[in-house]
Order: sequence, then structure tokens, then C-alpha cells
Amino acid sequence: MNEGPDPSKGERPEDPSAQGEDCECQSRRDFLKSLVKTAASGFLLYTCGFERLLAEGAEAQGAAPHQYAMAIDIHKCIGCGRCVDACKKENKMPAEPHYFRTWVERYVTPVRGETQVDSPNGGMNGFPEIKEGEEVLKTFFVPKLCNHCENPPCVQVCPVGATFRTRDGVVLVDENYCVGCRYCIQACPYGARYMHPVKHVADKCTFCYHRITKGLLPACVEVCPTQARIFGEADAPQSPIRRFMRFNDFRVLKPELNTAPMVFYAGAGKEVR
Amino acid sequence: MKFFKLPQQLVSLFILFFIIIVVFIIARRIFVPATFGVYGHYRASAIDTVKEQKINYAGAKACYECHDDIFETKSKSYHKDVSCEVCHGPSAKHVESGGDFAPEIPRQRDFCPVCHGYNPSRPTGFPQVIVAQHNPGKACISCHKPHDPTPPHTPESCSACHREIFSRKMVSHHYSLACTTCHTVPDEHLANPRLNQVGKPAAKEVCGQCHDKAAESDKEIPRVDIQTHGGRYLCWDCHYPHDPEVKT
Amino acid sequence: MFSGYIYPNEYELQWSLLIVLYPYLTGLVAGAFILASLERVFNVKALVVVYRLSLLTALAFLIVAPLPLLAHLGHPERALEMFLTPHLTSAMAMFGFVYAWYLLMVLLLEVWFDYRKDIVLWSRQKKGILRYIYLLMTLGVTDISEKAVRFDEKAGKFITIVGIPSAFLLHGYVGFIFGSVKANPWWSSVLMPIVFLFSAIVSGIAIVILIYIVTTLIRWKRPDMPCLNKLAEFLLYAMIIDFSLELLDFIHRLYESEESIHILSDLISNRLFISLIVTQIILGSLLPMAGIVLARFGRVHDEMRRILYFISAFLVQVGIFSIRWNVVIGGQLFSKSLRGLTVYKVELLGLEGLFMTFFLLMLPFVILYVLVKLLPPWTEPTHPA
Repeated sequence: MNEGPDPSKGERPEDPSAQGEDCECQSRRDFLKSLVKTAASGFLLYTCGFERLLAEGAEAQGAAPHQYAMAIDIHKCIGCGRCVDACKKENKMPAEPHYFRTWVERYVTPVRGETQVDSPNGGMNGFPEIKEGEEVLKTFFVPKLCNHCENPPCVQVCPVGATFRTRDGVVLVDENYCVGCRYCIQACPYGARYMHPVKHVADKCTFCYHRITKGLLPACVEVCPTQARIFGEADAPQSPIRRFMRFNDFRVLKPELNTAPMVFYAGAGKEVR
Repeated sequence: MKFFKLPQQLVSLFILFFIIIVVFIIARRIFVPATFGVYGHYRASAIDTVKEQKINYAGAKACYECHDDIFETKSKSYHKDVSCEVCHGPSAKHVESGGDFAPEIPRQRDFCPVCHGYNPSRPTGFPQVIVAQHNPGKACISCHKPHDPTPPHTPESCSACHREIFSRKMVSHHYSLACTTCHTVPDEHLANPRLNQVGKPAAKEVCGQCHDKAAESDKEIPRVDIQTHGGRYLCWDCHYPHDPEVKT
Repeated sequence: MFSGYIYPNEYELQWSLLIVLYPYLTGLVAGAFILASLERVFNVKALVVVYRLSLLTALAFLIVAPLPLLAHLGHPERALEMFLTPHLTSAMAMFGFVYAWYLLMVLLLEVWFDYRKDIVLWSRQKKGILRYIYLLMTLGVTDISEKAVRFDEKAGKFITIVGIPSAFLLHGYVGFIFGSVKANPWWSSVLMPIVFLFSAIVSGIAIVILIYIVTTLIRWKRPDMPCLNKLAEFLLYAMIIDFSLELLDFIHRLYESEESIHILSDLISNRLFISLIVTQIILGSLLPMAGIVLARFGRVHDEMRRILYFISAFLVQVGIFSIRWNVVIGGQLFSKSLRGLTVYKVELLGLEGLFMTFFLLMLPFVILYVLVKLLPPWTEPTHPA
């Protein structure tokens, strides 16, 4: 393969001419040999269609247009569930209770005992009263969604390349290519994916990619009445995300798994996972 | 030549495998989608499919282009950051059609409590009412204008926003104390709470007014030597003032 | 029922009974092949009786192995994408290639080289359609001179040598599919591929014992006792290694006692008690080990010995199936929030139900029957029974 062309430099792999110029000093025999080898390996790569697989590395180096991110301020979330409702309506999602691209959890830490968590119907219809009996030390709401990890385990395990991270940092599913093996659902540590009951493909939050690419906010951010959800570009100097990061102690979920999430939480204690 | 003396078996197998490989290569060329691998290991055209999804929430900006009067009212109100479609529902069709498909207008009494019903898990400072006790039977909009929800009169009680603290205090030994016994409340706090925070006690002496052994207060109130009790800790470092002797 | 908190998307279990079946089947393939290679490469002469039978068993199960996966896919018609655009970082994508390699380059080739002389002979003797089937199977090679047969022998041995690491790869990578999921503390373990591998060998030897005893009964032949004894010995050794590895994994988790230990303890005591403690450890490991020790080394009559072997081998199958169940289903019975347990209800009908599983479990035996009819594996014992 040493003799082969470097597809990352944009050469057409089946074109041996570039190689030929460097070979003038060599003996005619060597030249012919390398020519044949180059042509052969180039042809093999080209015919297999692998040249496009190799191109991946080159493309990734190009300047990324955006790096989208979301920030969530736990201190502001009132648990109204409007985000869950809007998400379902915007994305025409199954109405059944066990499919959510985003949901709201309620944490109740009693004075003694373990933290209790619940999310009835994803928090879309509010929360029942906290069970009587235990004295409550603290309680709060935590909205959850796909973390759009920089190092997404779901993308890593997809056998066919039907889920991927776009260059602007959004993890998407190709619903016309997904085979529905559910490996990505298993690999997601956050429970953010589900099997679409009608389309029979994996489905998940897209950061409302169809909206953000047209300058709108994701539906959940649009309807959040208290600005508990903030959306923007992580690397832009003028960005609500930048301000959020400057003034808040924030964390990501399950940092020990090294998934590098792009959803940041302020005020979420270690009991949030 | 030695080359041509390959055993018959191998020749057959080579031919067979050659055919398999050729079929595989041809199949790849035919069936691998055209845009696969343009950006990475996926179909680049999948991005367009996702982008083509229909928008249902128009976004507040689109609403204000026509409803500038409401924008005017709303932008000065407590609800300035509440997007139109939180209450009126997805309205992209209404915007695209230039006014048809009137968005929903929730007038029922059960809608506002989605946000403003009392729930102890909500952050303190967020206006909440106990729905059953707050003007029972009356529609919210008969007193509050949703686009400018300033209450008809200033809240008499801090419980309007600090319900969780209020209800704990009500069942504690401090039930009879007014919030202002310990907190100083600037007038602007009622209108612009976050920018005008209430004052909190800074020294032990505030508690000492009642709890110091020298204090002139009711005999039943527990007394300590406020100077030495607790050492270098301040009173509220250990006691929760809103529920001072917590049961558990 | 559900207890604690599970993420809302976790109510639906993702991998069902069919995915339990899949590692169980590939395990049988790898195990049976490794058994066959013992004779070929390591010259364990006693096993020559079951050599061809284990090869055909491996082939029969290998043909069925991908079917449960296929039936489980949301879009089975897109399955070939795994060959067209395999994602190199995905353990599952490599399945296609490992499978194809193993089927084409190892098993089929080895069977072909081993049977080639017979096939050529049969193609000359048989009549009607069978003749053409055999003719096709010769791939046009009709040379059965001594030199050519010697080449077959050499090629077969070479393929077996390549085949052993391939068999390890085939099942090791199935373990890797689970062991590499860092999101799931029940799966995520470096030992997973190794445990899978040894349990595969255990299950493969046990299935050959079962099939051998049953087929000799059907054919009114007396089973070759030296061969059975040897099989039982290897089964015992493999079981001891397998059991120790699993014990090591268990102790390691308990000792490290990471964040997930509470939910995993709950999982074992509430959801997996029957399938892990009772069927996997007691019924599937300890009891058959004791049975084999008794039958092999105790003073037992041959008839009794065969019965004990048969029962032990059957219990081993139950145990191995429980292992697969405990891994695949067990790993999905707790929430990744580590706060709650969920439930799995087995469907009866339907594509992923009990009947389908049973059908797929029986299918290899049907295929094996056809293979045995087409390529009779029987060789009479070389030594007196």
C-alpha cells in the first residue's frame, strides 16, 4: 500500500500519472513495476468503492461550520413539561408514553434514604404530589435529551453507518438506511434512543436539525417558559452557551464514560445520571 | 513451468472465489448509495432528509411580525420570555397561510397551573398558587391578562412566589413570625425580584433578639448564650430558620 | 413488575429471546468446530469417530445462526448494507465478514476437502438427481489419485489450523459485541469474550455428545466408549475453565464494588435468581460436572455411564442457554439510570416469540439430518468398543 496514492490529498486513486513524475530517476523496470502496483491498488480501491471510506479522515479536518450545544439550568426548570409536549408535536412523534426524544425527571431527596426519581409520561402532564411521609431535603426537575456526544458510543456501534455525527455536531439517524438492529439503543448510556414503533428504525432527538439550520430554536427551547434550556454554538464568541459556561458551574452526565456530551447542566448534583 | 502444476482442487476453488469477489465488487458499485462517504461513514443525503422535516412551531419572531401590539405589551411584562406557542400551540400553519388555522387559545382554569400550580419541586421565587384555594371557580383570565400577567394587586403574602418556604414555616415553631422579621424586602423586589434580592440576616444577633438568654421575649422561647453557642458557626449554619427544629 | 426508576425509553426491551438464541447457536458452532480440530490438529485419535459429525453439526448450526438476527431486524431487507458499507468501528458490522470467512474459508472448505474423495465416488455410483448434486459438489474436480487425496489431507489440516483461531474469533467477537458496551455495567467486561469462548467450547462438546448418543441409538449401533469418555473428559476440562472464569468475573465485580453494584445485586436477587443461581450455576454447571466426574472416574457400568453422560450433556445445554439468557436479557432488565429494574415478558407467537425461537432451535437439526443423508459421517470405530 506504500506505493498507492494518498486519497486524502485528493488524487484520483486510479490515476497513476502523479506517481510517474517522481520516478524519473529510477530504472525503467522499477518505474514500470511501481506503475503497475499503483494502478492495481488504486483500481482495487476504486472498484471496491473504498476510496470514499478512506476520504472520511480528510473531510473531518475541514473547518466545522458550527458546533451546536445545549445548556440546561436546573435552578430555572419548573417541570411544566412544555418541552416534552412541544417535542412530540414538532416531530410528530408516537403519542404512546414510552417514546421520548426529551423528557423531564423529578428528583426528590429525602432527609434520610435514597433519592427517588420519577417521570410519569415523561413529565408531559405534570407530576403527582410527592408521597407523604418522608421529610424532603431537596427536590428539583431535570430535563433530559440526547447529549449529542462528541464521542458518541451509538455512532461507534452502528454496523452500517445509519447514525452519524454531522460536521456541526448533531447526532442524527438516517431513517432510510437504518437496519433496525437496536445496537445503538443498547450503546447509549442515557436512554436517549428508542425504536420507532411505526418506522422500525432507531429514533432520537435531532436538536430539531430542521429548525436550527433555518435559524430557529429547537422546539423545546422555543417553548421553555423560564429559559431553563439554552441553545447555541459552543465555539462562537457571542453565544448564550458561552455566557452560560462563564457564569455557571456546569457538568455533563456520566462524564466517566468519556462520551463528551454537548448538553451541559448547571445545578445538577451527582445524583443526576 | 511449476505454476501450471497447481492441484486441480485449488484451480477450481480459485475460480470460485474469484467469481465471488467479482460479484461482491460489482454489487458494491451498484448498491452503495451515491452520497455515502462524502462527509463520513454515512449517506450525506440523509442530512437533507432530516432538514426537510416539516416545521410546526413557527417561533415567536414570526408571530410578532403581525402581532406587534401584543409584542409591545408582552415585552414589558413578566411573560416577555414566554414564547407565544407555549400557550397557543404550534402555529406554523397559521403563519404560512397568512392568518388561517387560528391557534388555540386556552381559556380554561386548568391551563395556567401547568406552570403556576404549586409544586414543591419548583424553584423558589417562581409564582405559584394552590389552585383549589386561589379564587376557586374563577377563570384565571378574569383577573390576569396572559400577555401582561401583572397581578391585580401586589401579592400580600410572600407565599405567592415562595410557597414551599411559606408552607414549611407555617408548620414550624416560627409560624407566627412574618418574613420581614428577619428579611428586609426592597419595594422593587415585588416588581423585579431577581435584580432586587431581599436582605438576609448577617449576624447572630438577629436570632439573639429572641433566643439570647438576655433577650426580652416570651419565656417559652428556647434560650442560649448567643455569644458562645455554636462556636464559630452562625445560627443558620446548623438550624434551618424556616423550620428550625426539624423533626428528623 | 417495574421497580424504582427506569428511563421512559427503557420500558420496551430491545433485544428479545431471538438474540439469546444467536450467541447460543454461534457458541455451538465454534465449540463443535474446536472439538473437530482436536482430532485433526492435536491427533486425539479417540475422537476420529465424531470428527465428521462435529463438522456437519457446526455447519448446520452456522447456517441457522444469522437467522434469529435477521428476524429481529426492524428492516431485514436492508441487512446486506452490513456488507456494502460496513462500519469498521462496529463489532456487529464485522459479523458479516467473520461469518462469511468462517462459512466459506473454513467450514465449507474443510468439509469439502474432507469429503472430496467420497463425493467423487458417490457422483459415480448414485443415480438420478443425487448424482447431479454430487457432481456439482465436486466443483469439477474428479481427480482422486493418491497424490490428490494426499493434497486434500494436507489442505484439510492447514484449514483446521487456520480454523481454530477463526472459531475463537467467531465466538470471541460475539462476546465482544456485549463486552464492549460501556453503557451497560452488566455487559462491560474484558472477560466477556473469553467467557463466551469457553462456554462455547462447553456447549459444542456437549451437543456433539448428545447428537452422537442419539444417532447411535437411532442407527442401532453401540456408541464407541473410548470416544465418549474422551469427549466427557474434554467437556469436564472446558467446564472447569469456564466456571472458574465466570466465578472470577463475579468475584471481581463484587470486590471492585463500583457504582453499579447495588442495582446488579438487586438484579441477581430479584430478577435472575432462577436463571442464574438455579439453572446456570446449580443445574447447568455443578450438577453436570459432578455427573461427569462420577461417570468418568467412578466404577460405573457402561450403560449407566452413557445415561449419565447424556443427562449431564443435556443439563449443560440448559446451563449454557441460561448463560446466554442471563447475559442478553439480564443486561436489559435494569435501567441505565441504575435506579430501577424492568421486566421482560416472552411473547408466545409473533416473529420474536417462543414458537419462532423453538423453530429456529429445531431448524439446525433438520439441516443436520439433510447433511447427514447427503454426506454420511459414519466411520466404524477403529478400536474395539
